[in-house]
Amino acid sequence: MLKIENLTKVYRGGKVAVDQLNLDINQGEFIAFIGTSGSGKTTALRMINRMVEPTSGKMTLNDKDITKMNPVTLRRSIGYVIQQIGLMPHMTIRDNITLVPHLLKWSKEKKDETARRLIELVNLPPSYLDYYPAQLSGGQQQRIGVLRALAANQDIILMDEPFGALDPITRDTLQDLIKDIQQRLNKTVIFVTHDMDEAIKLADRIAIMHEGKLIQFDTPDNILANPANDFVKEFIGSHRLIQQKPNIKTVDEVMIKPISITIEKSLDEAIRLMVEKRVDTLFVTDGDNRLQGYLDVESFTGARKTKKSVSECYEKDIFYVKTGSKLQDSVRRILKRNLKNIPVVDEEHRLVGLVTRANIVDIVYDTIWGEEEETVQNKKELMSE
Amino acid sequence: MQDMSQMSTTEQFFYYMQENGLYVFSQFLDHFLISIYGVLLAALIGIPLGILISKYSKLSGVVITLANIIQTIPALALMAILMLVLGLGKTTVIVTVFFYSLLPIIKNTYVGIKNINKSITDAGRGMGMTKAQVLYMVELPLSLSVIITGIRIALVVAIGITAIGAFIGAGGLGDIIIRGTNATDGTAIIIAGALPTALMAILSDVLLGLIERKLDPVKRQQKRINQVI
Repeated sequence: MLKIENLTKVYRGGKVAVDQLNLDINQGEFIAFIGTSGSGKTTALRMINRMVEPTSGKMTLNDKDITKMNPVTLRRSIGYVIQQIGLMPHMTIRDNITLVPHLLKWSKEKKDETARRLIELVNLPPSYLDYYPAQLSGGQQQRIGVLRALAANQDIILMDEPFGALDPITRDTLQDLIKDIQQRLNKTVIFVTHDMDEAIKLADRIAIMHEGKLIQFDTPDNILANPANDFVKEFIGSHRLIQQKPNIKTVDEVMIKPISITIEKSLDEAIRLMVEKRVDTLFVTDGDNRLQGYLDVESFTGARKTKKSVSECYEKDIFYVKTGSKLQDSVRRILKRNLKNIPVVDEEHRLVGLVTRANIVDIVYDTIWGEEEETVQNKKELMSE
Repeated sequence: MQDMSQMSTTEQFFYYMQENGLYVFSQFLDHFLISIYGVLLAALIGIPLGILISKYSKLSGVVITLANIIQTIPALALMAILMLVLGLGKTTVIVTVFFYSLLPIIKNTYVGIKNINKSITDAGRGMGMTKAQVLYMVELPLSLSVIITGIRIALVVAIGITAIGAFIGAGGLGDIIIRGTNATDGTAIIIAGALPTALMAILSDVLLGLIERKLDPVKRQQKRINQVI
């Protein structure tokens, strides 16, 4: 879809920012450019929508030569999200979201409809459309920044460290959100970051850049398994290399059977079940075993006098992972959000398992002792030779 | 005819206003229009010039220094020099006001546009705005209140300069003040000229201040936030 050949940028004064970059990006891919500051990743990104004019090289978007297109028309067809968010402070959220449609002279009805449809995509109430950016928190503002890049059905979206200025929890939520949107709408996203965790979590393929050159361009698993050189190794960080070594486990291998209760049961039954099974958390499901929320001991205190059934007092806000996701990612999420455990659901949102903090212990054990056992074995082998 | 020497200054003032109210009013209008014409003319030239130098920062030093130099010339001296070219009358005063208004208007336009967060204009450009669209959809709306401040400062200064303009026969409230200084016991007449001048300056300052606050996107939002809460 997007083909970059020998792309080079030399700034005045002879500084080579990007040196002979070659990339081939497919429709629907999530690409992360990663590197230290000054590695040329942002310059490379900004050349795609010609915010920076390339010195030489060729870029084609759907077989059209980018360098020969009118930059204004080009930019209207490419979504762009920046770290500083850059919402227009004098425009309402509605006008901010539909800025590109406005430039493309869409009708008012179509713009309004788009704004209403999009704001639900990022879990914000439609009443926010009439607010001004200053009334929103940083995380909410960047959600609008992302929507602005989607509003005119742009196929390709460029993101320049979009979550760099947000706190870790907001960042985590937005990462999940953007990944979800990207997959659901089948958008091509090119993402600049210097956070390796972020790149591994989000990207289908990672392009590691250093001093303007592309060092390695591969899937996260391949990069972790076979770093191209010492720079990449150092950049990934030894802890990630070790983490990745004990054969990449999925949650399915370690999850235990969760204790669940259907939504129409009474609170008395719920308590009896907890006592019987010796657990403090019950997962609430509907008749089809689809995960709805959870119920823990804290939800009982006080509520028992006024409320009688599970449906009245269970917590709807619940984090979950899908089957087949990597154990490391799930554990990272447990730690980051300070959760006690995290349920596993299948494609149809049915509850199938539970990953608990005990799994963290297993991983720590693996990384510390598993590694050592391996080296001990290696040594023995060497000695026997 | 009443005996003026028997009256207090206040009484004299009210008597003068009673007898010459229409005359004072017409001079007030003249005065106001001279100031407005000069400032409008300066805005017409100064705002585009301010925008221009905010885009080509190499020019900004030259233009602002030039405007600064004009500002250092005493008003009376500048008026006298211009009089040599343009002769006596209103035109000379309007041109003097124009020169004095240039600096605050150019400078505020320049600062207003320069102070806009770079990421906002960058985002605008990245969304696919043309240069003209960035100017009238982003830069002008966001710097409008600062530009109005420049006009406000210019207008207040202009009202003062126009008062001096009476010396070269431009009319206006300065005329009444000069008449008062020439008359024996002319205190009341001086006041009859000076008080409306001060009033005009204060009123235009307050009025433009109101407009300025209305146009400030940040302050406007704070008001809305209060409503929401």
